[in-house]
Amino acid sequence: MSTKRIFAITLRHAYLYRRSLPRLLEIFYWPTLDLILWGFVTLYLQRSSVGLPKYVSFFLGALILWDILFRSQQGISVSFLEDMWSRNLVNIFVSPLRLSEYIIGLIVLSILKVVIAFSVMSCLAGLFYSFSIFKVGIGLIPLILNLVATGWGIGIFTIGLILRFGQETEVLAWAVGFLIMPFSAVFYPVDVLPPVLQKIAQFIPSAHVFEGMRSIINNAEFPTDHLLWASSLNCIFIFSAVWFFAAIYRIALRRGIIPKIGE
Amino acid sequence: MPILKVRNLTKRFGDVYALNGVSLELSRGEILGILGPNGAGKTTLIHCLLGIIVAIEGTIKVFGKDMSTSRGDILKRMNFAASYVLLPLSLTPYENLMVYALMYDVERPRQRCIEVLKLFDLYDLKDRPARRLSSGQMMRLCLAKAVINEPEILLLDEPTAGLDPEISVRTRKLFRYLRDEKGLAVIYTSHNLHEIEEISDRIILINKGEIVAEGRVKDLPERYAVRNLEEFYFKLLKNEH
Repeated sequence: MSTKRIFAITLRHAYLYRRSLPRLLEIFYWPTLDLILWGFVTLYLQRSSVGLPKYVSFFLGALILWDILFRSQQGISVSFLEDMWSRNLVNIFVSPLRLSEYIIGLIVLSILKVVIAFSVMSCLAGLFYSFSIFKVGIGLIPLILNLVATGWGIGIFTIGLILRFGQETEVLAWAVGFLIMPFSAVFYPVDVLPPVLQKIAQFIPSAHVFEGMRSIINNAEFPTDHLLWASSLNCIFIFSAVWFFAAIYRIALRRGIIPKIGE
Repeated sequence: MPILKVRNLTKRFGDVYALNGVSLELSRGEILGILGPNGAGKTTLIHCLLGIIVAIEGTIKVFGKDMSTSRGDILKRMNFAASYVLLPLSLTPYENLMVYALMYDVERPRQRCIEVLKLFDLYDLKDRPARRLSSGQMMRLCLAKAVINEPEILLLDEPTAGLDPEISVRTRKLFRYLRDEKGLAVIYTSHNLHEIEEISDRIILINKGEIVAEGRVKDLPERYAVRNLEEFYFKLLKNEH
């Protein structure tokens, strides 16, 4: 494992963002819009409802946490797409870079994107709605780490699909994350889901994170069970996603997919 | 002593044999030209040598190591450029080279980037985003990336496509210089017969995935009773049909 080669992957994308205002804005644009939109919806609900004083914490907290998962996933899948769009994948895969180094490089990028987006959203939430995500407590940190890990799992799985099925499936980079959103119970508790979907939600790590967040806000209890579930599921998710990507990579080598991808 | 040995390389896509029992060798300081019509298997051969396509049969040994088990070690000492593979257009030439200098574990990467930029006449353009380079300048940047790690073997797939004649000549001169001074071995594919004739020490003609002729540039016309490489090329392909 070479840290130099991992740094090369990160540097390549850092250069890209430094030189591209639209890409840089993309990190801020959607989180800001989401926050403004949901923030006003939340304020409206809070004013028009009696006895539901925790709307702000629920909605804005959930929104910020969901964005962490989404940015973490995008940090991997969109970075892969950037290499595909620039017809640079062949250069990368004929270099001494190992597959594991490439994935770790993308993970580092994903962490950077999450840190930026989280900081921006937290600041804006404080500025516009006097909401501090940190008030939820230190128990939030392991939950955030789990969301980041879920994003990695989805991101690695998605780039496997894109590698296998080509550029026409690039929309998956945005779609796959949202596929788990209804089961993740981001803005509502799992028990509002129909029983079948509740069963599915039990095996979605992000559902445990959001349930955990609500447990902290409602009862000020550290959600040990949810945390254990989320962490265990994430280990399985990430291991499976890496295995899937490595298997697709081997298929790509056999079928000669890499030189053709992006054409 | 060959530094690259290919034995019985076979690759099939569906029912079509892209390569069928290809064997070849490459020695240090040798430029091997690969000729063939579109779809002959030249690019598949290059991709197999780089390990991004895995053959169904045959072996590739580079520097005495097997490509299937020591790919990472081998690729550190090789590099590649092709007219159909670009570098990120938002990055400047310097930034692109720096990324690949790190990826190839180049020592003193900053210094090496500057050296290579000067070697390919790109130094004055080093801070200009690659999207603002002409196609010829872009190809020179791809070639600059291909020598960033001072490779011992360079695989070039139609590298001068898109270059104007003057730059093409200068590029070929540069590779001959690297061969003579550094012992660089090159596998060079092109549709340009004149170019292949000028740069290569030895030529392989591929058609339908098979090697149909092989020999030293100066020996081939005599051996096949033709006046030049162009006649040799068309005569052999005609016989194949």
